[in-house]
Amino acid sequence: MRSVLSKKGHLSGSEIKKMAENTPRQRPRSPFLTIYRWPVTMLTSILHRVTGVGLALGMLLLACWLVALALGPAAYEAVQAFHGGVIGRFLLFGFSVALIYHLLNGVRHLFWDAGHGFDKDRSEQTGQLVLVASVIVTLAVWLLAYQVRG
Amino acid sequence: MNIKTPLSRARGLGHASEGVSHFWRQRVTAVALIPLVIWFIYSAVGLAWKPYGAAIDFVAEPHNAVFLLLLIWASIIHLRLGLQTVIEDYVHDRFAKLACLILNDFFAAIVGVTCALAVIKIFVLAIPA
Repeated sequence: MRSVLSKKGHLSGSEIKKMAENTPRQRPRSPFLTIYRWPVTMLTSILHRVTGVGLALGMLLLACWLVALALGPAAYEAVQAFHGGVIGRFLLFGFSVALIYHLLNGVRHLFWDAGHGFDKDRSEQTGQLVLVASVIVTLAVWLLAYQVRG
Repeated sequence: MNIKTPLSRARGLGHASEGVSHFWRQRVTAVALIPLVIWFIYSAVGLAWKPYGAAIDFVAEPHNAVFLLLLIWASIIHLRLGLQTVIEDYVHDRFAKLACLILNDFFAAIVGVTCALAVIKIFVLAIPA
């Protein structure tokens, strides 16, 4: 270390480069986001926030539906027609899956707040459970909706 | 070391002068929203293919109107607190942060009042004369 220090007492650019070249490459390095294996807890945490923001915007869907209903049959039929279209169904599906995920994962958060299931293994397990359950419940809700139509 | 005065410790309001109210209101609305959202999904599935008249009859039913207003109320509080946290986490510029926080409050107020007024109008107009 002392040998590469210049007389000024700090390292110059070329000296830093020389040090980097001489440093062994085998040392452990901190993984960057793109090569990091996402733990389930990290994925579920990010999804909770993303779905939360999405649902806040999705509140506009409910607002449009209620306002159209309050305005009268013509406005209501127009909104229902939009919901029945490709974009409408896509938005409603996204809204429903976000709502069900946020609901189930929110229950998980409430248990954590009460001091239960916050250890590493338990939170991984419940995270996987919430991911699988939200897909199943969402599909069940849509299946039911099409069943009701007859 | 605790340099708080006994009075400020007893009040427990902390630096932002609101104590744990943000945390607490987020949790209370979350608990309220569990049954309300389950009821909402169930109702939305039931109404999906129904005509205008059926939707009006649904909102005109007193318990449905009450649940809808509670759903709107709890959702608006919950989303306002949630978006506030997201803004505080990601928007660091002082002016931009202030602007976003105010817009967040306006968004919540406008959407909440609009939804509530729609429900109230439908409910009141459906009362038999």
